[in-house]
Amino acid sequence: MNVAKRTFDAVIVGAGGAGLRAALQLSESGMKTAVLTKVFPTRSHTVAAQGGVAASLGNSTEDNWHWHMYDTVKGSDWLGDQDAIEFMCKKANEVVIELEHFGMPFDRTDNGKIYQRPFGGHSMNYGQAPVMRSCAAADRTGHAMLHALYQRNVRANTQFFVEWMALDLIRNTDGDVLGVTAMEMETGEVSIFHAKATIFATGGAGRIYHSSTNAFINTGDGVGMAARAGIPLEDMEFWQFHPTGVAGAGVLITEGVRGEGGILRNASGERFMERYAPNLKDLASRDIVSRAMTTEINEGRGCGPDKDHVLLDITHLAPENIMKRLPGIREIAIQFAGVDPIKAPIPVVPTCHYQMGGIPTNYKGQVVVPKDGNSNVPVVGFYAAGECACASVHGANRLGTNSLLDLLVFGKSAGETVVEDFESGTLSLKPLPADAADASLARIARLESQTGGESVFDVGLEMRRTMQKHAGVFRFDQLLKEGVQKIGEVAERAKRTEIADKSKVWNIARMEALELDNLIEVARATMVSAEARKESRGAHVRDDALDTAENPNGRDDANWLKHTLWYSEGNRLDYKAVNLKPLSDDVKPIALAKRTY
Amino acid sequence: MISKRSVQFKIYRYDPDRDEKPYLQDITVELEPSDKKLLDALVRLRAKDDSMSFRRSCREGVCGSDAMNINGKNGLACLTDVDSLVQPITLRPLPGLPVIRDLIVDMTQFFKQYHSIKPYLVNNEPTPERERLQSPEEREELNGLYECILCACCSTSCPSFWWNPDKFVGPAGLLAAYRFLADTRDQDTNARLDNLEDPYRLFRCHSIMNCVDVCPKNLNPTRAIGKIKDMMVRRAI
Repeated sequence: MNVAKRTFDAVIVGAGGAGLRAALQLSESGMKTAVLTKVFPTRSHTVAAQGGVAASLGNSTEDNWHWHMYDTVKGSDWLGDQDAIEFMCKKANEVVIELEHFGMPFDRTDNGKIYQRPFGGHSMNYGQAPVMRSCAAADRTGHAMLHALYQRNVRANTQFFVEWMALDLIRNTDGDVLGVTAMEMETGEVSIFHAKATIFATGGAGRIYHSSTNAFINTGDGVGMAARAGIPLEDMEFWQFHPTGVAGAGVLITEGVRGEGGILRNASGERFMERYAPNLKDLASRDIVSRAMTTEINEGRGCGPDKDHVLLDITHLAPENIMKRLPGIREIAIQFAGVDPIKAPIPVVPTCHYQMGGIPTNYKGQVVVPKDGNSNVPVVGFYAAGECACASVHGANRLGTNSLLDLLVFGKSAGETVVEDFESGTLSLKPLPADAADASLARIARLESQTGGESVFDVGLEMRRTMQKHAGVFRFDQLLKEGVQKIGEVAERAKRTEIADKSKVWNIARMEALELDNLIEVARATMVSAEARKESRGAHVRDDALDTAENPNGRDDANWLKHTLWYSEGNRLDYKAVNLKPLSDDVKPIALAKRTY
Repeated sequence: MISKRSVQFKIYRYDPDRDEKPYLQDITVELEPSDKKLLDALVRLRAKDDSMSFRRSCREGVCGSDAMNINGKNGLACLTDVDSLVQPITLRPLPGLPVIRDLIVDMTQFFKQYHSIKPYLVNNEPTPERERLQSPEEREELNGLYECILCACCSTSCPSFWWNPDKFVGPAGLLAAYRFLADTRDQDTNARLDNLEDPYRLFRCHSIMNCVDVCPKNLNPTRAIGKIKDMMVRRAI
């Protein structure tokens, strides 16, 4: 197959919030930049974020970045790196104000400032009471943000390659990153994008689970590409189950509903969160609420004929407030749950939502790997930001509204680092190896010629069911062990996928088969990392690591206060230290403590 | 309770790699009880025939990918209840745009028109330290405008856009134009109106309101277009 070569200063893969924010830095600096995206930029999954973006603007209640940092470290169950968390919380006001200047239509307070609402796990004065920190555009914050960022990129003349799917990372023998191979959907042709810098902003892989709030496109393409190219994946056992996915449909209902006063109730109408989190109640952090809901359901207090969900009740709120602050949620409830939430509560269940782990990076957006005894050596030419990256600011559990903030802060930071490295002459265009496209071409050739193989649909379904059963909200030693075995079998089947459609033009069958290769890497990483971590922390809670005096909440800091690194080759595990030291002297380290809300 | 059932489709098929010309294919799909939306049915169909091509992503009506012509009316597959549709359910690509394959259209012209209205905030004052202030009432002016998902249901249901896709901005682009005209933070009003002052770009809208009828987000481009026309008139006198 003929492979065209295109040369750029930088290539960005992904045009969601992180990719678009990074692209702005590069375009405005005059670097020759290509942004590759599987979908038209405004169709990226950032568009589906609802409740808001965190920043301690203090527009409605007193607030400061110290409190935000404390909440984020505590939310992460101390697995987050405190240098990156300090960086993010300090930068929050700047990046949110910038977004407002770009034209983002935030809701407003009576005095004309950005409207802020309470959100789970966000507090004032180190856990005392809920704080209004989530900057919102009704319940469509992600949509408003993504469109504002795209619009700003139109102004900056950013060059997009729309409906191009990146296939594989190109590295040379030194391990430096030289770009990617990518396929144009309309023609099926493969090109090499050769660049001095490559930024991955490809989002998460929530589609490894059967019940997910994620879009069809969330197939972990960047994470899979990195894993295949020998980059380890960090903390992949930590997946966020959002408490309120519409039962049966999986569609997200924002935590902002509870921020506006919504209450979770069990079959007897009880506000059960009072028992689990006496202080923040329904606004405790997501891992806590999801586990409480699952416990209610498991102990027979679920709602409906099958007692398989709980109810999210906002019938006590003023209808005009619902129409003003939660209009999109009302539409979703009517469309996907068949109830008008003004009149009746919404049936909800915990649903896979967010990948806390990912490609290891530092706060500058550089991808870092262990080398010669140092755990965090930057890979030359490789950067990542957003859900595909692990900075790590979310640790073992992300707070709501910190993901949109992550996109902005680390998208910008990765962009700034690339521009600095470019202008200082640190980056150069290294010669392409002769076999730069061979891995991608071989994957496509195998799909062309495979006979007697497996259906992509069936293998994908088996993967999603296996993940759901063996690595869910609560985890069990025996199920995890079986899960490692089963996901290994699924991965073997995925090597033999067969497609009937051989057309070159917009071949979705081929795209889905290639996406499955990426999902499988993520699924393996998740299961193997989860089986190995013999403690409970944040979103990872095991039946054999329970709350004791020595290990509060089952968390074992003596042995497990460390990041997992999973290598695709040989399913190998490694670990590295958590950075408990903040970036500056402006703040003291947040000391380890038992997490209660 | 919805049960298993079979649903009849007639679907527009065209693969330039294989077919000399497009045709309508009769297909029957066995649906599971959990298949509620038209998109669920199409995904089910793909499990049997992986050559059936259409765009899709968020499956909750906010990304704008899966717009198509459903029994003669444009809409999003993910927001359409499959059991509400008269069978055989006839699916065609959005009208008026070149077809790439099956239900996938080339949206270049649609986005070109969107880009032509300068869809970004223009404010040349020095950048303030904090947010630019906007009262809740001023912000409310943007409701019904900023929520557009660029699915193209509206523009591809508009005869004026079918006839002059290169000259008439179309309802989606004009809704976006008014979104910036209505924003108290934007200072480019005159240039924006100049940009639309032409026999085609704005004035090809004859208020037949097909756009309003099909918008899956219940937006009203016709009203926005009317407001731009008002601004033109007020500017002239």
